[in-house]
Amino acid sequence: MTSATTHSPATTGALAKTPARPRAKKVRGREERSTLASVALHGTLILASLVASFPVVWIVFISLGPKTAWQSPGEVLGNLSLDNYAKVLTDTDFPQWFGASVIVAGGTTLLGVFLAATAGYAVSRMRFPGHRQLMWSFLVTQMFPMAVLIVPLYELLARFDLIDNYLGLILTYATTAVPFCAWMMKGYFDTIPHEIDEAGRVDGLTPFGTFWRLIVPLAKPGLAVTAFYSFLTAWGEVAYASQFMGADHYTLAVGIRTFATESRADWAMMTAASVIILIPATLVFLVVQRNLVSGLTAGGTKS
Amino acid sequence: MVAPVVIVLAVLVLYPLGYGFYLSLTNANEANVARDIGAFHAPATYEMVGLDNYWSILSGADGDFYPRLTWTIVWTVSCVALHIAIGMGLALLLNRKMRAKLLYRALLILPWAVPAFVGVFAWRLMLNSQYGVFNEMITAVGLPAQNWLATPFAQKVAVIMVNVWIGVPFNMVALLGGLQSIPKELYEASEMDGASPWQRFVNVTLPGLRPVTNTVVLLGCIWTFNMFAVIYLLLGQNTTGEADILVTFAFRKAFTGVSDYSGAATYGIVILALLLAFSTFYRRRQLKTEQA
Repeated sequence: MTSATTHSPATTGALAKTPARPRAKKVRGREERSTLASVALHGTLILASLVASFPVVWIVFISLGPKTAWQSPGEVLGNLSLDNYAKVLTDTDFPQWFGASVIVAGGTTLLGVFLAATAGYAVSRMRFPGHRQLMWSFLVTQMFPMAVLIVPLYELLARFDLIDNYLGLILTYATTAVPFCAWMMKGYFDTIPHEIDEAGRVDGLTPFGTFWRLIVPLAKPGLAVTAFYSFLTAWGEVAYASQFMGADHYTLAVGIRTFATESRADWAMMTAASVIILIPATLVFLVVQRNLVSGLTAGGTKS
Repeated sequence: MVAPVVIVLAVLVLYPLGYGFYLSLTNANEANVARDIGAFHAPATYEMVGLDNYWSILSGADGDFYPRLTWTIVWTVSCVALHIAIGMGLALLLNRKMRAKLLYRALLILPWAVPAFVGVFAWRLMLNSQYGVFNEMITAVGLPAQNWLATPFAQKVAVIMVNVWIGVPFNMVALLGGLQSIPKELYEASEMDGASPWQRFVNVTLPGLRPVTNTVVLLGCIWTFNMFAVIYLLLGQNTTGEADILVTFAFRKAFTGVSDYSGAATYGIVILALLLAFSTFYRRRQLKTEQA
C-alpha cells in the first residue's frame, strides 16, 4: 500500500500540468458503462465461464449415455440413462473407495484446520525464538518435492505400522496442507485487533481460552478456506495414496485408475465415477465459496 | 501452541528429508535395499558413494537432467505467466458492478473445486485424438487437429493448457481479493487528476496489488515447478518422456523399472536446492524494491 500512496502524488503532479481535456459527449458516472462496453464485458465473462465449466459439463453429459457414448457423443441425447452410475455403485468397489476417501479427507480437514489455526495464531500473536524463521520454513516445506519424501516417508510409516492405514495417509496429507494454511491463517489473525485478546486476558481467560472462545469465532472465513484447501488436498491426491495404500484401502483417486488399463480406459465408468467424486467437492465448495475471497485476501495481502 | 505443528513437521518432513539426503549419497536401488522375501529378511547391501550421484546429474553425464530442467523452466514460466495474466484479467472484469456477478464468479471458480485427477480425466477424454471433442471444436474454427497426447510438442501444449485451466481460479480469487483491498479514494483522486484507465491501472492498481502478486507469483512458481498430477495423469504410460518435468521424471525413476531410489532422491534434493535459491533471490529482490 505504501508504494501506491507514494506513486499517486507523482502522477498527480505530472498530470495536473496538462490542460483539461475536452469532455466526452456524454458524461458517465464511475460505475456506468456504455452499451458496447457492457456487451464486451458480459461476452468475455460468458466465454470464460464456458471454458471454465465445459470439461465438467462434458463428463456429466458423457456419463449419462450408453457405454460407447465417448466415441459418438451424438448418441447420448436419445439414450439418456443412469446405467453407468448404477454399475459403478453396485458392480465395483467404488463405494468402498468413496468411504476411504471420506475418512481420509475428513480426517485431514479436522487435523489440518486444528494445526493451521493454532500455529497461525501463535505466529501472529506470540513472540518466541525462531518466530520469523518459522514462517519462512512453512514456505520452504512447500518446496519439498514429493519424489524425495516418498521413499523415506514410506519407511517411516512402515516403522510405525501406518502403511495401508488411514491415519498414515492423513498425517502425510497434513504435512502438505498445513504449512500453506498456517501461512494464510497467520495473515487472517493479523487482521483481528489485538484489543480482543487483551480483553480476554483481563477477563481471566487463558491464552488458549482466548483463542478458542474469542478469536476462532471471528476467524471463520479464514478457517473455511483452510478447511476447503485441506479437504481438496486429501480428496484429490494421487501419488502418496497409490504408493501407501493396499487394495482394501484404495482412495478414489487410486481406485478410479483401475477402470483404465494400459491401453484402454472404460470411459463410461470413469465419467460416472468422476461425477460422483465431484459432488462432495462441489458441496464443500458451495458452503465455503462466499468466504473464499475474504479468507484468501487477508492471507494474501498481510503475509 | 505452535508445538503440534512443529512436531508434526519435524517428524514427517525433516526426518524424511534428512533420510532422502542420506539416500542420495548412496547407490540404493530396488535390488539392494533391505527387504523381506517370504520369511527371509535380506539386509541392505547398498553403500555410500559420496557425491557420485550429484556429479553424474550435474555434469550432464546421465543425459536427462539438462533437457528436463530446461523444459521444467519453460513449463513453470509459461504456466505462471498465463495464470497471472488470465487471473488478473478476469479479476478486473469481476471487480465492478454488474448483473449476474455471483453466477460468473461461481462458474469461474468451479475448476478449483474439481479434484485435479478428475479434471485431468475430463481433459484426457476431450483431447482424445480420434474421438475427442476438443479436436472437433478447433477444426470447426479452422485450426488443424492435433494428436494431443502422443506427439511431444502437442503434449507440452496440452499439459500447459490443462494446468492453466486448473490454476487460474486460485489466482483470480487471490487477485480479486487484492483488488478489493485497494482504497476507492485512490481511484477517485487519480480520476480527478484526469488519469486515463490505463494510467490508473499502472499507477494505482498494479502497485496496490503488489503484496498479493508477490505472494501469488512465488507460490505459483513453487507449486508449478513441483506439479505432479497434471503431467503424470494426463500422459500416463503414453509419455515419450519429452514432457516430463524434473518431479515426474524423478518419480518414474523411483517407481518404474528397477527402482532407482538414490537417483530419485538426488533429483529431489537438486529440485529443493533450485527452489530454495530461487525463492531466496526472489525475497531479497522483493525487500529491495519495497525499501526503494
